[in-house]
Amino acid sequence: MTAITYRQALNDALRSELLRDENVILLGEEIGLFEGSYKITAGLLTEFGPRRVLDTPIAEEGFVGAAIGAAMLGMRPVVEIMTLNFSLIAIDQIVNHAAKIHGMFGGQSSVPLVIRMPGGGGQQLAATHSQNLEVWYAHIPGLKVVAPSSPADAKALLVAAIRDDDPVIFLENLALYNTQGEVPEGNHVVEIGKASVLKEGRDISVITYSRSTTVALEVARQLESEGIFLEVVDLRSLRPLDRETVCASVRKTGRAVVLEDDWLSYGIGAEISATLMEGAFDYLDAPVRRVAAAEVPLPYAKPLENAALPTAKDLIRVIREQLDATGFTR
Amino acid sequence: MVDPAKQQDPGGKRQPVPPFPGGEAPETLIGYYRQMALIRRFELTADQMYKRAKIGGYCHLNLGEEASVVGLMAALKPRDYLFTNYRDHGYALARGMEAGAVMAELFGKTTGVSKGRGGSMHLFDTETRMLGGYGIVGGQIPPATGAALALTYRGEPGPEAEAVMCQLGDGTTNIGAFHESLNLAAVWHLPIVYVIINNGLGMATTVKAASGEPELYKRGCSYRIPGERVDGNDVLAVRDAATRALERARMEREPFLLELLSSRLRGHSVVDPARYRSRQDVEEAQEADPVPAFRARLLDSGLLDESGAQQIDTEARKQVEDAVAFADAGPDPTPDQLFDYAYATPVANSPNTLPGEPVTGIPHPAKKEPR
Repeated sequence: MTAITYRQALNDALRSELLRDENVILLGEEIGLFEGSYKITAGLLTEFGPRRVLDTPIAEEGFVGAAIGAAMLGMRPVVEIMTLNFSLIAIDQIVNHAAKIHGMFGGQSSVPLVIRMPGGGGQQLAATHSQNLEVWYAHIPGLKVVAPSSPADAKALLVAAIRDDDPVIFLENLALYNTQGEVPEGNHVVEIGKASVLKEGRDISVITYSRSTTVALEVARQLESEGIFLEVVDLRSLRPLDRETVCASVRKTGRAVVLEDDWLSYGIGAEISATLMEGAFDYLDAPVRRVAAAEVPLPYAKPLENAALPTAKDLIRVIREQLDATGFTR
Repeated sequence: MVDPAKQQDPGGKRQPVPPFPGGEAPETLIGYYRQMALIRRFELTADQMYKRAKIGGYCHLNLGEEASVVGLMAALKPRDYLFTNYRDHGYALARGMEAGAVMAELFGKTTGVSKGRGGSMHLFDTETRMLGGYGIVGGQIPPATGAALALTYRGEPGPEAEAVMCQLGDGTTNIGAFHESLNLAAVWHLPIVYVIINNGLGMATTVKAASGEPELYKRGCSYRIPGERVDGNDVLAVRDAATRALERARMEREPFLLELLSSRLRGHSVVDPARYRSRQDVEEAQEADPVPAFRARLLDSGLLDESGAQQIDTEARKQVEDAVAFADAGPDPTPDQLFDYAYATPVANSPNTLPGEPVTGIPHPAKKEPR
């Protein structure tokens, strides 16, 4: 295994699928000549040509919808939306069409479509370019939504998404693109709909996904030196949600904190908390806590941006509060 | 509303109708009337069935649109793809779906064309390549455009090439999806014909009130997409214009914008009494009703006599009666089928609980075991 960046892992997955299946095409703004705003598609236009790698006009509703229609006729389009924020322009096509066509027409047509897009704050991009809108899509039956945290999962889940016959929302994160990790050689496919216990621990479960996973793993390493053992559950898939893995972890540890980059109210943490109320209520030694983004349009100024986004420090504080409240002894 | 089967000879008051151009096969022309009569009868019956609560939800009828529907479908080849809006019953019938399966869809039965999942607005049939009626205004346009994109990856341009037809209403030309799609079709050189059914009204809003360019066929100008306005009550003019536009799509892989001037004989949907329309407007629409007009033209030209026309009307009535019987006899879907089409590719942890059921697979209340 070799360590590569998250960006490279995505590029590798796209390239291998373009090579494997001639029905795979890429569409998006500036993905060809410009090689992608975040260079995920670097080199692909040169290698595969403009029929396989299509630069689109600035028309998210149009080209996302066009990808749906192409998918209905057997193509396997992988759409890049420059950032998650711009997907709101295409939301009618995603929610009212991509998510509905298979079920609403009685299973006669599938929509094998992948929509890749990065979300995330912390880049001083201000309110309109820093959002984590995963629950908008995770709420919608008919979609599959994945949010990989590591290069290995990014590659494996992107391959799985492209081979899947349903519309898959593939959530990337700006802060992850330069992160590195080991990626197995060849076709390593991760099943959509399954969470992963990245680190086993007995004391408290931290349930997280995407960028926050890297924060949780860092905190786990830090607290281990104090004799506190975190179990880190990476959801990976937000729809379907692997409730069993989450509940099994908390049934073991008796304590749970959700670390999420989205806004608190109605967020991923709210869904996890409700799941634990059903699946681990009698095992909980303390109420489930959530560490999520402050509920403001994210400001540009760095001190305010830092204050709004969940950090390792916030997570450590909440973990300590949880442990203290439950008479934790090492 | 004129029921052609009940139409009396107007006693010479009717305007003289032009004879058919030479070269039209009588059986083809009679076939057009057969289809128009079927759609008319089907829609009048759908209206009744709605009022008897056999049909739920929204229900929009093609009454007044029959000549446009039949002319367009006469131009479309079986290999072509069709996307429409929610006013789609007539298109489904003229495209060749069984009337019984269409009515069954309206009744919400498993024997419906979309297995009862879609209803009136969402008729779909892979076999006849009608890839959906779509309930969201403008929603069908980007997917139709993408279907045309897919065609450019299979097969070469030429007389046998496949093409896409995308039907939409006049009000839809104001939505962003329309303009984004036309732009894509232009820059990507796509084999698609966009057809605007201009019946003058988007619900109650007139074209004039809603469109900066009310001559809707000109709205492709920004994208250098040529357009043509045609009398939507003239089935042959519609057919010929659509055939030319489709040929351009096949041969040159270029889009076209076709506008058909049509009339809506009823309200926006079956529950709309259309009180916002003037008496004059309604009367004009009724006078222009394409179904009795085409029937009269066939009679005047001697291609059909009254008994032959009556036979067609009777057959249409019988066909729709049979469709209702088929729909009535079809089974309702059962709750155990609720998640049958949740996903095309099965997935781990797919949520499939009914309201109030536990989501974690753990019986309530969860039993505590010693840790």
